[in-house]
Amino acid sequence: MTGTELLIWIRGPALQIATVIFLLGVVVRIFEILVLGRKPDLAEPRGSAAAGGLRTIVTRMFADRGTLQRSTFTVVAGYIFHIGIFITLFFFAPHILLFHETLGVNWPSLPTQVIDATAVVTIIALLAVLVYRLANRVIRYLSRFQDYLVWLVTFLPILTGYLAFHRIGLAPQHLIATHIASVELLMVVFPFTKLMHAFTLFIARYYNGAIAGYKGVNS
Amino acid sequence: MTASLERGLNAFREQIDAPVASFFSSCVHCGMCAEACLFYTETGDPSYTPIHKLEPLRRVWQQEYTFWGRLAKAVGLSKPVTDEELAQWETLVYDSCTLCGRCSMVCPVGNDIAYMLRRMREGMAASGHAPEGLVGATRRAVTIGSPMGVKLPALQAQIGHTEKDIGMTIPVDVVGADYMLLLSSMEIMNFPEFIGAIARIFSKAGVSWTISSEAFEATNSGIQIGVSEIAAELVQRVVDAAEKLKVKNVISPECGHAYMAIRWEGPNLIGKPYNFKVVHILELLDDLRKQGRLKISGKETQRLTYHDPCQIARRGGVVDQPRHLLNMVAENFVEMPETGTMNWCCGAGGGVSSNERADGLRLSAFKRKKKQLDVVRPDALVSACSNCRIQLEDGLEENNMDMPVLSLTETIAEHLADD
Repeated sequence: MTGTELLIWIRGPALQIATVIFLLGVVVRIFEILVLGRKPDLAEPRGSAAAGGLRTIVTRMFADRGTLQRSTFTVVAGYIFHIGIFITLFFFAPHILLFHETLGVNWPSLPTQVIDATAVVTIIALLAVLVYRLANRVIRYLSRFQDYLVWLVTFLPILTGYLAFHRIGLAPQHLIATHIASVELLMVVFPFTKLMHAFTLFIARYYNGAIAGYKGVNS
Repeated sequence: MTASLERGLNAFREQIDAPVASFFSSCVHCGMCAEACLFYTETGDPSYTPIHKLEPLRRVWQQEYTFWGRLAKAVGLSKPVTDEELAQWETLVYDSCTLCGRCSMVCPVGNDIAYMLRRMREGMAASGHAPEGLVGATRRAVTIGSPMGVKLPALQAQIGHTEKDIGMTIPVDVVGADYMLLLSSMEIMNFPEFIGAIARIFSKAGVSWTISSEAFEATNSGIQIGVSEIAAELVQRVVDAAEKLKVKNVISPECGHAYMAIRWEGPNLIGKPYNFKVVHILELLDDLRKQGRLKISGKETQRLTYHDPCQIARRGGVVDQPRHLLNMVAENFVEMPETGTMNWCCGAGGGVSSNERADGLRLSAFKRKKKQLDVVRPDALVSACSNCRIQLEDGLEENNMDMPVLSLTETIAEHLADD
């Protein structure tokens, strides 16, 4: 395979393969969870499980005051890089164009200066999160190979996107190809790792809230 | 593989349901649950991070209930859970967790870690890795009817003393009563004043009630150790007694885990709904207050604060009632920081107090409660769980803090109007 062929492969078949692995993997993982089911609760309810579940899906986005004080870095850095990834992924004009071409949906973009600044902040936040993972003794204790792998495959698309936008290091088409390849790597790794939390946290929060809500507790 | 390990792993498999799978799938190793756990905050030991206490259960889920894990297992790439590993986890699962569920309130992805830990204990007990203290308590609960070995004559003696003290008859085995009162062994042996308090309140409020001589024990060691068959048997004794006496309601006393056992786990353990209602004593007292049947004279003037027993508040849903009741009897009721469903555990629930090996750790964990108390500096501490009460008294003594620990029910009884 020549360099050009590799570029074509990355932009074409590889993207399709990665998309299929991503979508199929996510569906299988969610199916694997739901198929296990849950026994009906025979105790007399005090409140609504469904209302509690839906409530916790929303309320668990916000930390209670004590947690905010005790886990300030994790909460703040967590917000920053999640929101940063969301903004750069969904509000950068070329990304919207891609979604428009592939899915047929369209929405307004944010100015490139805003995207650029967001990317820088996100990169800094992700680096800080990595340093914190290595420095904090609880998080370091919990961390396995997968935690670092997931960090890397999340970081690479932002970094390569930033480099491509500013045309740093390589020829523009190579930079774009590297960026696309890093996204493909992320998509392939996604269903097999904790990246799945992006989907499964809705199920987890629902169950947490439902178990509590049934007993009349807002969790 | 030994037979006991096989039993343990099978118990793990039985416990893995959709919530468990969704929780393990969602964990991002952020470590925030550690900061919600008093065993971590008061010791700084990262192995007490709540999600870490579940690692063997997580591995069984990952290796057997995920596509990737099954594939890795099939080609011999995964490390199976061993007996040594479970032995190593025993102290994490039993000594450093009270099932208080504070971690479950804090986890940003919504993992109900306490739900999983309760389930994990089923596998730990089945594989023979439960602490001696809890095994003994459970054996006594099954054979004698009480984890502390309290037999009917002991209860009868306490009832006799109480009747003499208060000049009232305590109803025993009254068929057709509205309410059947359960007691914890701790109440019978250490706080028998509770029985007198109930008798006086119910007499004033006109509540028809009884104690059963066949099933008076409210606590359930089967749940704390994690053996559902035993837990179900202990629940069934209460159900049989309630049906025999044809009562409409069963009262769960001032004990947190008893409430969880009889109110929330009970019907699921025996596999059918009850034909009576279960109410916590605080729920009933608050209902009596609402109906105007609880008449109080003279308020408590000391500065009081309330310790929420985890299984009654956070895991049980009885949060507002004690506050209504306290405001009725106390002029100066103050809340500790982080209270109600976010309260910090006393450090002794979930079988920790039956487990002598955990005594040192239990008293270290109390330091979290001390910090809360240091903020509000009350004259007295009120609670509604005799197990919490013992731990609070132990911890206060250990820290040279001179502060009485009161039962909410008894506090109300002391302020009943004479009319």
